[in-house]
Amino acid sequence: MTEAEKSVMATRRRQKQAVGEGPLTRAALIAVALAFLGIMLIAPLLVVFAEAFSRGAGVFFDALVAPHTMSALQLTLLVAAIAVPANLVFGIAAAWAITKFDFKGKAFLLTLIDLPFAVSPVVSGLIFVLLFGANSALGPWLDEMNIKILFAVPGIVIATIFITFPFIARELIPLMEQQGSSEEEAAVSLGAGGWRTFFLVTLPNVKWGLLYGVLLCNARAMGEFGAVSVVSGHIRGQTNTLPLHIEILYHDNKAAAAFAVASLLAMLALVTLAVKTVLEARFAGSLAAQRRH
Amino acid sequence: MQVRVTNVSKNYAGMAALADVSLTVGSGELVALLGPSGSGKTTLLRTIAGLETPDSGVVYFNDRDASESRIQDRGVGFVFQHYALFKHMRVMDNIAFGLRARKKNRPKEADVKLKVMELLDLVQLSGLEKRFPSQLSGGQRQRVALARALAIEPSVLLLDEPFGALDARVRKDLRRWLREIHDRTGHTTLFVTHDQEEALELADRVVVMNKGQIEQSATPDEIYDTPATPFVFSFIGESSVIPVVVGNGRATLDERVIDLEVGVLADGPAKLFLRPEDVAMVTDGGPGIPGLVVSTRRIGGMRRVTMECGLARHRIEFDAPAEIDIHNSQRLQVRITGGRVYGDGEEGYATEKLASSDTADFKWARAEGWIDR
Repeated sequence: MTEAEKSVMATRRRQKQAVGEGPLTRAALIAVALAFLGIMLIAPLLVVFAEAFSRGAGVFFDALVAPHTMSALQLTLLVAAIAVPANLVFGIAAAWAITKFDFKGKAFLLTLIDLPFAVSPVVSGLIFVLLFGANSALGPWLDEMNIKILFAVPGIVIATIFITFPFIARELIPLMEQQGSSEEEAAVSLGAGGWRTFFLVTLPNVKWGLLYGVLLCNARAMGEFGAVSVVSGHIRGQTNTLPLHIEILYHDNKAAAAFAVASLLAMLALVTLAVKTVLEARFAGSLAAQRRH
Repeated sequence: MQVRVTNVSKNYAGMAALADVSLTVGSGELVALLGPSGSGKTTLLRTIAGLETPDSGVVYFNDRDASESRIQDRGVGFVFQHYALFKHMRVMDNIAFGLRARKKNRPKEADVKLKVMELLDLVQLSGLEKRFPSQLSGGQRQRVALARALAIEPSVLLLDEPFGALDARVRKDLRRWLREIHDRTGHTTLFVTHDQEEALELADRVVVMNKGQIEQSATPDEIYDTPATPFVFSFIGESSVIPVVVGNGRATLDERVIDLEVGVLADGPAKLFLRPEDVAMVTDGGPGIPGLVVSTRRIGGMRRVTMECGLARHRIEFDAPAEIDIHNSQRLQVRITGGRVYGDGEEGYATEKLASSDTADFKWARAEGWIDR
């Protein structure tokens, strides 16, 4: 090693020390972080799968293919398939209105969007019971028209849409605010109409935020318990979603089956995360380019 | 295309951004809207483009009320300060955007390509059509933005601080180049700037704005040589101000007569605005205004001297030849050879010129970094 190299190495060591902690502190901090991560995130996930297989793979698969589980899975997917696109449209519309236009009551609308986050899901469910229930103003009319909302699929869908409403809008608003509207103004001055501007300029600029919002919204739509529990009526095979089904199994002392279904729900969440990671890795280039600009 | 703005006013939350502004821009003219930030110059530009709606007043394109047509149909090419390029599109698609967005007479894709290549050649970016905006330098991005605006063959070209975000060197090059493009294409062009040097160098006519109103609209020579108001005088170039007294059609400082045209000013206190070249050192022992040197600094081939003069010790700045040694606390005499006298009530431009634009840039930079939360 030449003198020059030695001095470079020495400088590097000094630089490292200037910004970092001592080795002991560093080890302690890493240990705390890992322990926290292990207890709070990894252990629960492992426990779910361990419990699911505790009575053997047979019980596990029996629980999964049980008719009530299948119908709960179908219902959960159906609800998500309606709630997520609905909130995709609502979320984009709300974010677009809030970030690209100035109007009275903007702050109020922003607060309103946050409402589902602020209110306990159980309360949200009760709101819909009060709104559509037999004793409500709408109740008799709905009865007359023979429309069933409470204790039926429509109620579950409505409650889920309500609960998951903020996810996409909340993801988009800061992003669109940061981007401003000069690109839209440029598009309009170049002769593009509203739709063209939206699909060619606005949407591509927020697609990653949008994807992330959709994934979060989907995860919550599939996992929502509180509000759905209030409006569903827990009719097995009809209005039971996966989370409700898990609870019923658990209270029936079928812990292994409950965990088997829980592991199914966890798998759905993991798949969601995996999809996101894969997409991000695949389009890392264009993502980075957008952030840089 | 002639652009005529008549009695346009615009308020933002009770603040007047434009107060009864009227302006006519002749066909093929290159006009600079110059003023400090908050003077309403950008609002005026955006109003002409249709991006803002005036509270009152009308914008005419030739003899047509522009508000009758949608922004999309106005045919304005607008260039934004921070380019506003479509980040996810290649240079080529950015430039072709306006052509492809046409409802009527949309050109065939082959013709679009041809036109894009032609424009890339015009803005000297041939070969970069496959790049994304993020792969270009600031100057290149602004040239793409200009090509994109020119692609729709606009009747009016509007540029909002087009060189504001670029470094000084690139800015100078682009300035010259924009002039060339204008001379070649002949578009009626308005651009906004807070840089007086840019306005004076580039434009056929400079419109100086302050507090939502036009202070003066004239050729660069007239703006510099015969500024209509103290604001214009002090916003353009360097200036010092000393209070004088007007009487009998002459201005006096400490009862010493200053040999200047006073015009139609009423008798009483007034203000004398001076440029550094309006003051000369007396070296031949003749009569002059005595003063004390406060500081000197070297500016190019000259020495800029700050001096306190008169009984009330007013500070003025002037240039002396660099070879003459002038030191602090030196006593010397100066003669006033130019300058303009304005009434006492009128205000000049006082605040630091660069402060506003710097903060604006900072804000922008911070917004840029926001996404990396």
